Amino acid sequence: MGTADIVIKFALVIIIFLISLVVAMYSTYAERKIAAFFQDRIGPNRAGPFGILQPLADGAKMFLKEEIIPANASAFLFIAGPSLAILTACIGSAVIPWGQKLTIGGHIVDLQVTDINVGVLYIFGVVSLGVYGVMIGGWASNNKYSLLGAIRAASQNISYEISMGLSIIALLMVTGTLSLREIAEQQHGFWSHGWFTWNFFRQPLGFLLFIVCAFAETNRTPFDLPECETELIGGYHTEYSSMKLGFYLFSEYINMFISGAVMATLYFGGYNFPFMDHIDSANWVTILGVIALFTKIFLFIFFFMWVRWTIPRFRYDQLMDLGWKVLIPLAIANIVITGLVITFK
Amino acid sequence: MESLSNKRKVIESKPLNFWERAYLPAIIQGLSITMKHFFRKPVTISYPEEKREFSENFRGMHSLKRDEDGRERCTACGLCALSCPAEAITMIAAERQKGEENLYREEKYAAVYEINMLRCIFCGLCEEACPKEAIYLDGDIVPADYLRKDFIYGKDKLVEPPLNQ
Repeated sequence: MGTADIVIKFALVIIIFLISLVVAMYSTYAERKIAAFFQDRIGPNRAGPFGILQPLADGAKMFLKEEIIPANASAFLFIAGPSLAILTACIGSAVIPWGQKLTIGGHIVDLQVTDINVGVLYIFGVVSLGVYGVMIGGWASNNKYSLLGAIRAASQNISYEISMGLSIIALLMVTGTLSLREIAEQQHGFWSHGWFTWNFFRQPLGFLLFIVCAFAETNRTPFDLPECETELIGGYHTEYSSMKLGFYLFSEYINMFISGAVMATLYFGGYNFPFMDHIDSANWVTILGVIALFTKIFLFIFFFMWVRWTIPRFRYDQLMDLGWKVLIPLAIANIVITGLVITFK
Repeated sequence: MESLSNKRKVIESKPLNFWERAYLPAIIQGLSITMKHFFRKPVTISYPEEKREFSENFRGMHSLKRDEDGRERCTACGLCALSCPAEAITMIAAERQKGEENLYREEKYAAVYEINMLRCIFCGLCEEACPKEAIYLDGDIVPADYLRKDFIYGKDKLVEPPLNQ
């Protein structure tokens, strides 16, 4: 690995980091706008034209707010909680293939930070780490509402991780690899050998299970019980203020972005788009592929928000019922069906 | 018992069937409803730039009226203060001097006329009580302010501007 490669990788890491932050920032704006449109309102429109400077104003507000660490809170863990939340949210993007290879002046730039052969497992590891941020923050606040929120987050994430893992197993049986790059490459184009290449059309039930679990893992409505205002004030971030609260809210949006990217890569062809073989220039295919991937991610983020402003929150026992009594049996059935189809095809 | 209004509905609480228990059809139905709203025109009125029109019988800030010659109608009889259930109105009467006939219509007028807008409940009884048609609640919403003392409106804020202006 030469110096140029290291520089390129470093630049790529920074670009992806910045993109996730900007996307998360503008997701807050999009969330408010989309919520407004769903409720026949206008939404934020005062900061800049159409309110596009609203996220900057919100960020400035967050930074300038007073930092409050409760007297009986464990100060170190209280700060560690949101830091961990945003860290785990950010590192998930390392294995996602953002596009094919780009050739710039003799250098081949791989638009993926690292193509480890256990990419899917890595994503899972990061996702399951994500709950620690919430748990530590909730416990360190020394507040019963925060603690209840943290406990809810932990049990919910553990329950839904199981069915998420099981739904992935069926997908891995189809793909035969754990590398996200190879999974994306297998879904090349849109149509071949008389069937769609995208995994969604091979694993529709698996995708349904996965997206439900993704909602639960990112703590989005209808599974936002850890921060449910009506019962728990603010849930695990009740005691948080200033940018520490901002980090928690931010990590939720980064998680949404990353889970959108994961879903697009695993089930919707990643950077592949229809008729990509009809374009001659490889660089153009790559650039259009990146645009295609981001379009898919934004559609997923939109879907997340659409669902949030449609469906009311689950009751806690219903949440557990759904996770353990519906999703896990369905995921196991999905594995069995997939196995039968693969065997007898 | 026999229903008199015919509005009674019999509610059946049947157990949910399979599709109802499967959540998804209901969720899709809900999503389509919200999507319809997504493309609907917003009902928002961008307040400082646009204002919703008040209804005809809206009661806002008071104004003390002038007659057709531009003279103040109020004669400081105190009926408005008496009728006020919130005791928001006070006044001090004064006698009209020679040479002030173009300012005040009656021989007695209100030298000081104060309404405490924090006390006022905008019921309109002062308007009904006034024998001289001197007070009407035909103004705008009372604007916000910082100090309680600034909500006591005197004649400078209440009396209509002179006609010739």
